[in-house]
Amino acid sequence: MNNAVQQPQTILVLGGSSDIGRAIVEALASPALRHVVLAGRSSDPQRPDVSPDVTITTLDFDAGDPTTHRDVVAAAVEAAGDLDVVIQAFGQLGPDAADDPEAAAELVAVNTAGAVSSGLAVAEQLRRQGHGVLVVLSSVAGVRTRGSNFVYGATKAGQDAFATGLHHALHGTGARVLTVRPGFVRTAMTEGLEEVPFTIDPGDVADAVAGGLRRGKSIVWAPGVLRGVFGVLRYAPDAVWRRLDR
Amino acid sequence: MLTGWGRTAPSAGRVIDLDGDAVRGAPHEALPIDEGRGAIPRGLGRSYGDPAQNGGGSVLRVLPGRSPISLDRNAATVTADAGVSFDDLLRVLVPAGFFVPVTPGTRFITVGGAIASDIHGKNHHVDGTFGHHCTRISLLTADGELRTLTPADGDLWWATIGGMGLTGLIVDATFDLIPIETSQCLVRTQRIANFDALVDTMAADDQRYSVAWVDLLASGAALGRSVLTCGEHARLDDLSAKQRRDPLAFAPPSLIDVPRGGPNVLSRAAVRAFNEVWYRKARRDHVGPESITGFFHPLDMVGAWNRLYGGAGFLQYQFVVPDDEVDTMRVAIERVVASGHASFLAVLKRFGPANPAMLSFPTSGWTLTLDVPAAASDLHVLLSELDELVLGAGGRHYLAKDAHITPSIVRAGYPRLAEWKAVRRSVDPHGYWISDQARRLGLLEEEVA
Repeated sequence: MNNAVQQPQTILVLGGSSDIGRAIVEALASPALRHVVLAGRSSDPQRPDVSPDVTITTLDFDAGDPTTHRDVVAAAVEAAGDLDVVIQAFGQLGPDAADDPEAAAELVAVNTAGAVSSGLAVAEQLRRQGHGVLVVLSSVAGVRTRGSNFVYGATKAGQDAFATGLHHALHGTGARVLTVRPGFVRTAMTEGLEEVPFTIDPGDVADAVAGGLRRGKSIVWAPGVLRGVFGVLRYAPDAVWRRLDR
Repeated sequence: MLTGWGRTAPSAGRVIDLDGDAVRGAPHEALPIDEGRGAIPRGLGRSYGDPAQNGGGSVLRVLPGRSPISLDRNAATVTADAGVSFDDLLRVLVPAGFFVPVTPGTRFITVGGAIASDIHGKNHHVDGTFGHHCTRISLLTADGELRTLTPADGDLWWATIGGMGLTGLIVDATFDLIPIETSQCLVRTQRIANFDALVDTMAADDQRYSVAWVDLLASGAALGRSVLTCGEHARLDDLSAKQRRDPLAFAPPSLIDVPRGGPNVLSRAAVRAFNEVWYRKARRDHVGPESITGFFHPLDMVGAWNRLYGGAGFLQYQFVVPDDEVDTMRVAIERVVASGHASFLAVLKRFGPANPAMLSFPTSGWTLTLDVPAAASDLHVLLSELDELVLGAGGRHYLAKDAHITPSIVRAGYPRLAEWKAVRRSVDPHGYWISDQARRLGLLEEEVA
């Protein structure tokens, strides 16, 4: 149960090795935090920098295998009790997806189908417990897809639409969804890519998430300025949009 | 969606209204079946945090039965259904020449809640808590049995008083009353210049009721400047000839209701202005009559005043430190002042000795209550600092106000927690009774030695 200053006691990270996921855990850490469950493909993810009093549990989680998602959520509840905050932090960039139909389908299976099925499994639990927040790491790439990474953008657009819709569907159940739309973030996933304007670090995303949770927001942008930028860019003429995508 | 009075940390549960008479008639059929998330009683939702909500589970309210209040004038006791509010009670008791043994700062609480939180009032140093004046409680336990408890029942009695509803559903109770000649209080109001003077004055105080409002924005030489009010129930001779015509008149006014959806209007500047006026308007030293509402329940005149804090709500933080920890209290006040979190109506009071209830909050010493808007992003820093001070001084936090402490803090503050858990488990081994607060504080978890 979150306390009155919105500090969680339990956090589940889906995508347990995610840099952004770890940064969010660190930003939400407080004396109230008791248990963190890291669910991912790595059996030995980097431990978040939190108090040694916090219990860390590691679970196997494959975003691309929806048949396991309910079980993973159940195992997290078994370990930690009610889930106060669940972070959907997994995702792949799929650099070859545009040229490889199979890789593209795999990307959709993880980024979109995996987000939908794990999101629903989480929502089921949050509804059952009557409280809790699902934090979905979407991306501005899904707000308007770019020619240079449109398959990734399309997967994130699907995830984003699912997350914002789920938020409405959960209204009144005590559960809610915070959709996070970061721009370019320096992480293991984007290592080696050329940086763009408004590039930020995982810690910046984490701060935006912490602020959004405290204020009870349903959508946050990181950095916040991107909300205005994309408010304009999503309606920019196609030629302008293509020019920007270099 | 339910929250406490502070409107923080909502959760959704199934609210089920039970009829007091029906529960007494068929106690074994009264409780809803546990669907895995248990149940918790709720009164009028005036505890500040999350003790009367139960995410995903049941929330039970006992509506008063057909004859919810029965007064025994000769014995000066009353038997009331758990769902009866102090507002209802006082409207019956005061005109009959009686007053509740203990009242908090609002009439909008229930008898069941008063017992479950073992409430205290301005007379704690003289009269103790509400539970101290109870003589009988009907308790519906998780097994469906309606038990009649008296102080002779020992452990279960003292685990239920202050037990936050976690031993069972209180269905009705009998408690002693204070006979009164009038519905007025004779109140001495004093302006006190600073903390030291306040402590000295309060330590020497011998009146039945006493409490100090402290300006938590005043600093330096004015740190702890206060308005101290002490009083007794007025006798007939204390009233004017006009008042004497209807000495037990009781008609509490309700002036306005705060509308829904407003922003936080209790900004630092607003609180500063309010505090200044409140302090200045108080007379330096004055004795005069005040109504029960004016003296005990002034905030009840403003309906839904919790909305003044806007959508993010507020926390009420109340702790007690032992008598010899006056310095800790001073440091705590300094911290609050330095933090810049405006506190509207901070209250300082001296407690008398504790009672045998395992989770009863009051214990001999000094208690401070402050309200702070929950929206402030750095509020948790102040709260953690205060927690550390409180525990370091051997103090503790009031569970009816709590909305943020942790399992280790409650364990440190309540040394008899393990004993309480064992008694609780003996009447509810499967954990039927549970609240969001109980989950947050691990109140049902086994103690690890």
